[in-house]
Amino acid sequence: MSDRWILSSSPHLHSGHSTTRIMGDVLIALIPAVIASFVLFGWRALVVETVCVASCMAAEYLSCRVMKKPNSTGDLSCMVTGLLLAMNLPVSIPLWQAVFGCVTSIVVAKMMFGGLGQNFVNPALVGRIVLTGSFPGDMNTWTHPFAWLGRAADGVSSATPLAMLKNGEIVAERYSIWDLLLGNRTGSLGETCALALILGGAYLLVRRVISPAIPLCFIGTVGVLALLCGENPVYHLLGGGLMIGAFFMATDYVTSPITTSGKILYAVGCGALTMLIRLGGSLPEGVSFAIVIMNITVPLIERITKPRPFGAERRVRR
Amino acid sequence: MNRYWQSFSKGLIRENPTFRLVLGTCPTLAVTTAALNGLGMGAAATFVLVCSNIVISLLRKLIPNSVHLPAYIVVIAGFTTIVQMLVKAYLPAIDTALGIYLPLIVVNCIILGRAEAFAGKNSVGLSALDGLGMGCGFTGALVLMGAIRELLGKGTLFGWPEGGMIPAIGVFALPAGGFFVFGVLVWLTDRLSVRLQGRNTREELSSEVCAACALAGSCHGGACLKKEGGDAS
Repeated sequence: MSDRWILSSSPHLHSGHSTTRIMGDVLIALIPAVIASFVLFGWRALVVETVCVASCMAAEYLSCRVMKKPNSTGDLSCMVTGLLLAMNLPVSIPLWQAVFGCVTSIVVAKMMFGGLGQNFVNPALVGRIVLTGSFPGDMNTWTHPFAWLGRAADGVSSATPLAMLKNGEIVAERYSIWDLLLGNRTGSLGETCALALILGGAYLLVRRVISPAIPLCFIGTVGVLALLCGENPVYHLLGGGLMIGAFFMATDYVTSPITTSGKILYAVGCGALTMLIRLGGSLPEGVSFAIVIMNITVPLIERITKPRPFGAERRVRR
Repeated sequence: MNRYWQSFSKGLIRENPTFRLVLGTCPTLAVTTAALNGLGMGAAATFVLVCSNIVISLLRKLIPNSVHLPAYIVVIAGFTTIVQMLVKAYLPAIDTALGIYLPLIVVNCIILGRAEAFAGKNSVGLSALDGLGMGCGFTGALVLMGAIRELLGKGTLFGWPEGGMIPAIGVFALPAGGFFVFGVLVWLTDRLSVRLQGRNTREELSSEVCAACALAGSCHGGACLKKEGGDAS
């Protein structure tokens, strides 16, 4: 406990933190990834992102109207959901499917549970998982970067690095570490350019929007487990959706624990489940499922990591 | 006449076993990936329901109270076996689609519930109509759910049109979509029921249903829920 926590009597100054400001910061942090998606995948990337953001806002506005609640589109959280969902889609996704995913995210995962602060899982990830379950073909068509400029080396689409690992192909023959860092690989819109995501994550850390516990433990667990299992950790860190998941999805305030020990437990769980799905499951990528499963365990984590009041008994009795 | 119509019609919407009493949820969620499966399951269950209601109503004065549950189950199991053999012989496609859920009609709570709540206390005619009404309510619910899930999840209705002319949203054919459609339909039936009967139906329903429920002794008719302002049904 540092002196940051000493409370004095009123009047207090408001720090200026508000939902709108935090969500605005997340949107700013996503700008590098949006630019990277445009450079890599072309105009259609921007079209998909615009459609997703617009349909999320429309879905939230209409939900508020139907549920006779005050209009909550102004807090920007629905824009964050829409942009994050777009980042999780392949560039070739049919637009009506993207709209369906956005409506699922906002209406089913968020507004039906009571709106922002009441959703028990990350809405954008629900949208992604529902789309993956509904349209496995369209959701797994990975266009090669720079195909929009007609400069694709071979063919228009190919497997993601993680899918190549799963099939036992050698990733190093196709992608160098620089390719993975800069995003010159197949994948969904926002996940490929690790550098842009790290830049955005660093911005969020500097602005204290997120605490480092979740991203560091999540990425660290994946790296350590990859090493222990005899895999090349670079491909597991940079080859899938880990960066966007660790910095932008797992850190969602509503669906992550409050205490630092809880955050560590949660993030280690995310990392372990990710590696379990990647190495043991039938799917090549498991970040989204891992985060959603850990989202569901958050109430339990909160219960066991509840801070003990000074002088209270060690055992929590109910 | 009114009494007979009442016995039959209450199962359709007001006490619909699937959407209002939320009984028999397991087969409901499992087999409604296609409308035809729902129809097959509903018809099989309706047959067992009507026959077992009639037989149990006939025997209601002979069965000693202390062994009434095993006796009911024996009657229900007998009719379920008949249905299973008939379906296996004449509708093998339906048999494959329904799988284990066809013999599991034995433990379908709608059937035992109606035997316990109605057939064991009422005359043969009323019991038969009650079984028919409940069976029609169950079949209607399954066909409706199956149609919605098949149309959205596979882009067909009763297997037509073939070849994917309508774009399919696969999640509706998956278990998660089943729960979602089920929840939405429970909500819509509740709205419809309130609109048809007025707001007090929920309390009336809970008192009728609680009388037949095995947990009635320990939950006090949902008294704790009512106290918290929740919905007892």
